[in-house]
Amino acid sequence: MNNYKTIIGMEIHVQLKTKSGMFCGCKNDPDVKEPNIHTCPVCLGLPGGLPVANKKAIEWTIKLGLALGCKINRFSKFDRKHYFYPDLAKGYQISQYDIPFCYEGKIETSYGPVGITRVHLEEDTGKLIHDTVNGKKVSLIDFNRSGTPLVEIVTEPEIYSSVQAKEYAKKLRQIIRYLDISNCDMEKGGMRLEANISLAVIPAEAGIQDKTLKLPNYKVELKNINSFRFLERGIEYEIKRQRDLLETRITPDQETRGYNSEKNITYTQRSKESAEDYRYFPDPDLPPIRFDDKWFGDIKSLVPEFLDEVFGRWEKDYKVDRKITELLFETAEESKKLDEIFSNLAKQKLDVNKFVNAVANKKLMIDLFVNNVDEVINTYKKSVTVDEITNEDLKKIIIKVIGANPKATADLKAGKTQSINFLVGQVMKEAKKKIEFKRLESLITSML
Amino acid sequence: MNLNKLTLKKAIDLIDKKEISLKEVYSDILEMVNKKNKEFNIYLTLNKDAENDAEKQKDRPLRGLPIAVKDNFLTVGLSTTASSKLLDDFMPPYESTVTKRLKEAGGVVIGKTNMDAWAHGSSTETSDFGPTKNPRNPDYLPGGSSGGSAAAIAADMTIAAIGSETAGSIRQPAAWCGVVGLKPTYGRTSRYGVVAMGSSLDSPGPITKTVEDSAIILNQIAGSDENDGTTSPLPVIDYTKNLKNGVKGMKIGICYIDHPKIRGTPVAKAIIEAGKFFERSGAKVDLLQTTPNLENGKVLSHEHAIGVYTVVQRSEVSSNLSRYDGIRYGKDRSNFGHEAKNRLMLGTFTLSKGYADKYYVLAQKIRSLYLKNFQDLFNKYDLLISSPSPTFALPAGSLGDDPMFGELQDLLVEPSALAGICGISVPMFRDEKTNLYLGLNIMGNYFQEEKILQAAYTFEQGTKWNSWTK
Repeated sequence: MNNYKTIIGMEIHVQLKTKSGMFCGCKNDPDVKEPNIHTCPVCLGLPGGLPVANKKAIEWTIKLGLALGCKINRFSKFDRKHYFYPDLAKGYQISQYDIPFCYEGKIETSYGPVGITRVHLEEDTGKLIHDTVNGKKVSLIDFNRSGTPLVEIVTEPEIYSSVQAKEYAKKLRQIIRYLDISNCDMEKGGMRLEANISLAVIPAEAGIQDKTLKLPNYKVELKNINSFRFLERGIEYEIKRQRDLLETRITPDQETRGYNSEKNITYTQRSKESAEDYRYFPDPDLPPIRFDDKWFGDIKSLVPEFLDEVFGRWEKDYKVDRKITELLFETAEESKKLDEIFSNLAKQKLDVNKFVNAVANKKLMIDLFVNNVDEVINTYKKSVTVDEITNEDLKKIIIKVIGANPKATADLKAGKTQSINFLVGQVMKEAKKKIEFKRLESLITSML
Repeated sequence: MNLNKLTLKKAIDLIDKKEISLKEVYSDILEMVNKKNKEFNIYLTLNKDAENDAEKQKDRPLRGLPIAVKDNFLTVGLSTTASSKLLDDFMPPYESTVTKRLKEAGGVVIGKTNMDAWAHGSSTETSDFGPTKNPRNPDYLPGGSSGGSAAAIAADMTIAAIGSETAGSIRQPAAWCGVVGLKPTYGRTSRYGVVAMGSSLDSPGPITKTVEDSAIILNQIAGSDENDGTTSPLPVIDYTKNLKNGVKGMKIGICYIDHPKIRGTPVAKAIIEAGKFFERSGAKVDLLQTTPNLENGKVLSHEHAIGVYTVVQRSEVSSNLSRYDGIRYGKDRSNFGHEAKNRLMLGTFTLSKGYADKYYVLAQKIRSLYLKNFQDLFNKYDLLISSPSPTFALPAGSLGDDPMFGELQDLLVEPSALAGICGISVPMFRDEKTNLYLGLNIMGNYFQEEKILQAAYTFEQGTKWNSWTK
């Protein structure tokens, strides 16, 4: 029997949250309910409409590229990508072909680095809605989405499992949210996942880690996945499906497949046997883009410290676990606030790790990012400070509590250790004070 | 006096002196339209409210005077067809920048003029609504694609007009109709709201009775536009200011007349005469040699430009027309005429995988040679002169089945169109027997509109060919 190595490359589309569209002034509002209200001659593709590029969207794309360690093309351009579809108003999509803004970056995962082939900027299309109106099946087009700035992040085929794919996608979302350029709202289509999956057959004598392995001669594109869980499951399903085919010496078809979450299966959408011809050419309506030193410098200065470095620094300086700190914040601005809080805690000789745990466990009920640093630290201090009380006074209360709770006391004596929690709580309640758990625990135990 | 024959400048002056009223101007113009529009087929749509609109504009620079607009400019309230059946009931929901600026300056769109369908052609014979006749001699073509606008001027059916040029579409019909046509530098006038033809080439511009009128209109329509990213941020100057400064000390180069197909023709003779005129006016004039390869001080042959232009323009056309996909505008693609289908097929081919490098990419490389050639020439010369057309107007029906008709007509302007430089055509000869005209094409470097207008004005005032100033 042969061994198989899963080979995955990913393409992820993310809508940028700029105020206006990619090439027009229409409001960029993913929450809009009424169809076709944020439209204009440009995004409707009317005769004579001309695109004008959104500078902010370009800058954010460069920012993302830099945050992914990409090289930047200081001369770039937009190209027209032609295909026929009812939701594509002009008959072409403005995208980037041979000179994307960013290329050759990477994202680290716990299974190894994933190379980023390119990051480019394009416009989103309209949306088709298939509905029944007055008993008649109709297809409707909503152009609100048409012209929303969309970045596409393409990886090398360097993802080797469904869990790694999931980790990669999650990490990408974390970085994008950190840069505060997109909400990555998967339910609303703000982040769309695609995985190209194939299995390489490994001859019995070769090892799975053999780097010289050739890419398979087919790939299956799993498209329009809108959750990380579905991504993982869809890939798992594909691996099994493709392995079953390969076992019977059938090469899986080159095709695009969708994922049905209810049945947990993938299904054929369209065959991709023939190469597409998008007739790319530079869009003559949009002048090429040159990043001079001034502009490039300005964009560079917008890029915050790498997220991995932030976590690394915190781990080193404050001994805090990344798995917990990453629950506390999303954006770079928020991370800067945390930096301030952490350094102030350290200055006051308070344990940052304890603080982080208290926040993560929701024991500290204060918004870290609304209140100022002093307020946060004072509230925290109050929550952890222990009230003064003598052992003599405590013992009196404990006797009272034991007398009032014979069952819990008996249980504790019989070895049911969780009863101690109840008794400690009762003592604190009776004393109307905050007292160290350990101190009470040992006192109660010694008095039984 | 027939007030429809007034130049824009004269009409403004007379209105200001209160010697004439707008009402009288419109009355004479509409009389001419009623008399001749059926025969010449110039206006596809007339603005019924023109006269009412005009009264409110009296205090603005263009004084409410009528302007004929080519039917590829989107105009709210007036249908815009680009002379194609596919758009024959298209009512634009927005206004093109050029007509918006004209209206703001007190111009009134009196009607929309016939053109080659989608601006594909040089004869106005490819219009889905029938050909336009040349008012100078109705047996002949007006040229195109802005044939309707040039004919509207020649027939005195308007005071001024607007056309658009991709390569020759303003200057060639202006030459054939004996009027003045200015093709501004690419990016000097906005393309927003103009049905796109070759997006990297299209330039809207004035078609007028005189050079001064051309400058007056350019003053209103030129300038950067936030809706067109390819417009230049360079400030707009007053193009009428230095019109009368003459050409003394200018260096002028004569182009293309050593080519076997041009040498010895009436066009070549008239260009040489024009050269002599400029010499008498104080310019230094050189006869330039045409060369098949890039050489210093010589003119790169226009012959390569035909191929380059054809590939670039057809590629862009095939892309620009893909929005007419049969889903929108209520008309399916069978409404595309023969010429549009030809161009769609050729452009789709030249952009296809495996062919794009051979055609589109190569064409762009050669295009850059023309840019280089013109920069070299403009280092030595202020202006280059030639003709927008190698011939007089051709007889009606000449288009026939020749798919390259337009390119052969426009071969003398294609290099300059590819480079994006500016040029103006002014009448330079009239044949007494046929009453047909030739045009002198005066070309200048990027954004040198002031200089070409100055030379054109000098020529117009110093010769007898302009039928309104003589």
